[in-house]
Amino acid sequence: MSRHRIKDVDYDDDDFYDDDEELADPEEQEFLQQCTTAVLQQLRAGQPSVTATKEEVQDALWHYYNDIEKSVNYLKGMFNLRGYPSFVVLPIAGLRVQLFVMIRLTEVLHAGKREKEAAKLQKSKIQPGLPVPAYPAPPSTAHFSAADFFRDCPWLNVPSHRKSEILIEPLYPRLGLLGGAPENGGKLSKLAALAAARKKKEGEKASSLSETSTPSTPKLEQPTPLDHSGTSRSLRDRLAASGRSTPKAPEAPGSLRPLATPSSSSHPIPKRPEAETKKPSVSEVSGSVQRVVLEAKEEPEPQQTVSTIRAAPSTFASTIVGAATGPTAAEPSHLHSSSSDLLRIYGQDHAEPFDFAAPSPDDVVLNAQNTAKGMKSKSAASKSAVKKGQSDLADGMKELSVEDKVTVKSKNLDVISEYKKSTRKRSANFVVIGHVDAGKSTLMGRLLADQGAIDQRTLDRYRREAEKIGKGSFALAWVLDQGSEERARGVTIDIATNQFETDKTAFTIVDAPGHRDFVPNMIAGASQADFAVLVIDSSVGSFESGLKGQTKEHALLVRSMGVQKIVVAVNKMDTVQWDRERFEEIEQQVSAFLTTAGFQDSNISFVPCSGVLGDNISRRTNDPHASWYAGRTLIEELETSEPYTHALEKPLRMTIGDVFRGGVQSPLSISGRIDAGSLQMGDHILIMPSGETATVRSLEVDSQRSDWAVAGQNVVLNIANIDPIHLRSGDVVCRPSSPIPTISSFTAKVLAFEHLMPMQVDVHRGRLHVPGRISKLVASLDKASGSAIKKRPKIVGPGVVVRVVVEMDQAVPLEAPTRIVLRAGGSTVAAGLLE
Amino acid sequence: MRCIKNKIEHNGSGAVTLCPEEPEDMWHAYNLIRPDDILRASAIRRVTTVQDTGSTSSARVHLNLVIRVKNLDFDPQSSQLHVSGQIINETPHTKIGQFHTLDLELNRNFTLEKEIGAGGEGVGWDSIAIESLKDAVDEGGKRRAEAVAVVMQEGLAHICFIGQFQTILKQKIEMSVPRKRQGGGDHDKGMNKFFKVTLETLLRQMEFNTSLTSGANNEAVRPVLLASPGFVASGFQRYIQSEASTTTPGLKRLLPSLVVVHSASGYTNSLSEVLQSPAVKRLLADTKYARETKLMDDFLEQLRKETNKATYGPREVEDAVEQGAVGRGGGVLIVSNRLFRSQDVAERKRWVALVDRVRDVEGGDVRILSSDHESGKRLEGLGGIAALLTFPVIEPDLDSDAE
Repeated sequence: MSRHRIKDVDYDDDDFYDDDEELADPEEQEFLQQCTTAVLQQLRAGQPSVTATKEEVQDALWHYYNDIEKSVNYLKGMFNLRGYPSFVVLPIAGLRVQLFVMIRLTEVLHAGKREKEAAKLQKSKIQPGLPVPAYPAPPSTAHFSAADFFRDCPWLNVPSHRKSEILIEPLYPRLGLLGGAPENGGKLSKLAALAAARKKKEGEKASSLSETSTPSTPKLEQPTPLDHSGTSRSLRDRLAASGRSTPKAPEAPGSLRPLATPSSSSHPIPKRPEAETKKPSVSEVSGSVQRVVLEAKEEPEPQQTVSTIRAAPSTFASTIVGAATGPTAAEPSHLHSSSSDLLRIYGQDHAEPFDFAAPSPDDVVLNAQNTAKGMKSKSAASKSAVKKGQSDLADGMKELSVEDKVTVKSKNLDVISEYKKSTRKRSANFVVIGHVDAGKSTLMGRLLADQGAIDQRTLDRYRREAEKIGKGSFALAWVLDQGSEERARGVTIDIATNQFETDKTAFTIVDAPGHRDFVPNMIAGASQADFAVLVIDSSVGSFESGLKGQTKEHALLVRSMGVQKIVVAVNKMDTVQWDRERFEEIEQQVSAFLTTAGFQDSNISFVPCSGVLGDNISRRTNDPHASWYAGRTLIEELETSEPYTHALEKPLRMTIGDVFRGGVQSPLSISGRIDAGSLQMGDHILIMPSGETATVRSLEVDSQRSDWAVAGQNVVLNIANIDPIHLRSGDVVCRPSSPIPTISSFTAKVLAFEHLMPMQVDVHRGRLHVPGRISKLVASLDKASGSAIKKRPKIVGPGVVVRVVVEMDQAVPLEAPTRIVLRAGGSTVAAGLLE
Repeated sequence: MRCIKNKIEHNGSGAVTLCPEEPEDMWHAYNLIRPDDILRASAIRRVTTVQDTGSTSSARVHLNLVIRVKNLDFDPQSSQLHVSGQIINETPHTKIGQFHTLDLELNRNFTLEKEIGAGGEGVGWDSIAIESLKDAVDEGGKRRAEAVAVVMQEGLAHICFIGQFQTILKQKIEMSVPRKRQGGGDHDKGMNKFFKVTLETLLRQMEFNTSLTSGANNEAVRPVLLASPGFVASGFQRYIQSEASTTTPGLKRLLPSLVVVHSASGYTNSLSEVLQSPAVKRLLADTKYARETKLMDDFLEQLRKETNKATYGPREVEDAVEQGAVGRGGGVLIVSNRLFRSQDVAERKRWVALVDRVRDVEGGDVRILSSDHESGKRLEGLGGIAALLTFPVIEPDLDSDAE
């Protein structure tokens, strides 16, 4: 708080104060007028009578917050002491002058303006060249106890609690006068007017007028005896400097300049935004009131008690604080000259815009330091917002701590009952499968576009871009194929999830890749699905190759992963002119195959459609060739799916599908589908197999914020307190209370798709993909009864159910009953259930 | 490995002096040296002497030690072989019976002596040992063809060195690559980072000098096989190309030796597919491992097609040999060399006898597969031994109950 400023500086060459003062609002002006009249009356009535200009009175009033008596006293004293020809000199000797140093920048600014004007006036009218001191004049004696202020303070390291308002009254009136008399009478700044208003309010509350010499708030007065601060030094120093120079050479402004110029250049006022100086809030004004009242010791005023308890200033202090006039009369020291520089530097630190809303000095110091270092840390910002004295120090330390533990408060919801209460729409996940280039992505892109899940503008953009690289027909697929590689090659590589809603149901699409190399990704997608949409390319040749290829593999896979219901979308019907015979041929072949794969007839349905044209997707086709089809459209077929039940009550299990950086707010996120159990914000979770725990900061269900999630939902968990190195896709999230075991060997009952013998296989479960080997064929089993047919077979052929022992190189989180898929050499060799 | 001196007697005893020249020779030595053999090699031993006063002083001394082998420890990653045993020669610094571990070093001769004791306790230089000695000794250095294979998938890469007799997994790179997401460019960024790390690791493992000025420029670059499902390998190749044309021009030497092949996954399991791919076959024509891989594929094919004309597992194969099914006219005995590495002398004798019988008596073909190759690993899964039979053999079901 080195904003203590002495106004006996020459502001003539200072052009920062040209801006016009705002006119105070009429009410305040009226009030001011009343006060002015009252003061003038008192002055005239007083013995001896004093004449003062209206402006001078108003100025005094402004400084005294419209305290009439104080203003009168001040004016009397001023005229008495200075005795400028334009003023009536008061004959009363020994009149005290109250010296106020306005600390607040706003006030200084206004004072400065007046000062400048006053100086101009005086130069032109009275004594050109005479440096007219600003309103606060330094005390003539160094009774001032500022020396005490820093007696026990380290140099330039004043405890923050001391850096606050200082209220000191001078011993004697010294040279210099409080404020000049500005010529622009009635032009009070809003702030000044508000200060006046506030002062008046206070005055009304005050029981007596005897406190005239204590113009600031009681709160501000309290710390007076203790308020030693480095800033008071600066004040005192300048007081002393000007105090010495002014009487000696009152006619020589040049002698003052060297002092005035640097102090005004380092003065924060120029940097202050004007708007802030005129902030009209009363609270701000009150907060901003910081002043030093130099009070005479001999003053028979209540304030006297404050000064009497002061001890004698230290030599050091008196040295800095105008030793020439001090009672201790310490000789000037070499420190004297340098101190002003030091103080200026110190003062610059605080030459920051002061936040009037948060008036704690601690804030100012902290903010200033932070800004100076160019690091506006979040903690500092939050600190200045929440202000509570000393306790902040501890808080600050906590926030600065390196260990960045995030604590999330759990709402302790009963998730199951929340879920039952919730009025969510029925939700269903389905996976789109089929041979490569059957049109899966395009079909789903069409579905999303028709359902309004994707806007037309984006779609047009995709179309343009796709045409640019000569793949115009892929535009719809780009809705789901977001990867650059996928788009460049026109092939889905990884699964894509997307949501859309119909009137009844909220669907989550999992678009799986059809290429055989990406079957592992398809397995991950299928593990998230409740039912499947099998897309079949009906064009000649494609269907046949598909049936041998991934149409078959995918269908077997989804069935062995527990999918019961399958919707067969016979796509690209437009290329075969909606040939009914073709459709029926496909229907017959595919249903025969699906039945052998284990789907029930009632769970298989067929829809002829065209993804590119959008026929029979969400609207019926207009094609006359297709009039024979009277069944449901694809979307209607999807809606027939029954709600699926999930193991809500079981312990939490969720396979991590992806680990990514969600954004600035959530630097670490994982996504996946909850296989079992439930989860809520603030939960502690255990990641297996790393065995590390994490905290759920927040979670999203189907891209929407939620406090909880249950099995069957696709969630994104924003987690904290874990190193991302412990997270891989395929890991399992569970609760520390019921962790999933990690095993390196298991027995499984599998259906062989190919010949099985002891061989190397890849074990897949959702995103989990680990190498392993079948170490033993335990027995081939009877499909119906499950009893062993042949023990230790050498080799088993396709279609045989066999119990195998699988060993893996690394321990993986698996538990019975889990559906696993065994692959070897790029094809699926078996799928089954872990035992 | 160079053979310095060969003094093998007709009865199977005798000694050879060998000089290992390249890392793979350590693997040969590992297969040749067996417990109870006598090994002479140079050693550095720290000798501590205790004075009468009780003060001790220790010094490192170079010695030629002869030990009777107790144990072998082979580190395939760094190709180091440590042989421990008891000292049997007397030196000024050591006593007989003290233990010592010899670290065989490249370009330092060692002498291996095998004995046949009076009671037949040693196995001496049996047919398998002689054969592996032949394999090991490579005078012309013709067999040094090797390749580097990078088997990768998104976020996972295995860098393997494929040698004549072993495939060494040099390093595994695992990295979490964000999946594609709506409006997220993290995937491409992640893949780039993954490629960067993989390339750095690959160059380090290959000791590839990327500086243009170095004198190593004329050094032949081994073929580098980039294998992956999907487009990862070709993406990696593109990445190397772009790196070569922008930041590290030294990489240009590497470009011609890159071969992109398909593999089913990023795990070493899929190396067999890599080695069987036409591009690789052309590149590494008729190398031992290519033949071995082919052999295993043939066997598995036969097992699928004519289940009874192929068999695997120790007991089953012995039965088949007993019945004379592994004889002339297509009988092939496939044995992993792990079986001969057995600590148990009787165990080794059993397999050597079986091999000798098939080769000499039955007239069948015997192939010994390196257990450190991919094909050998597949054979391991089948119990380390398999056979293609000349006629179908019906296995007795009783076997299963017995075990």
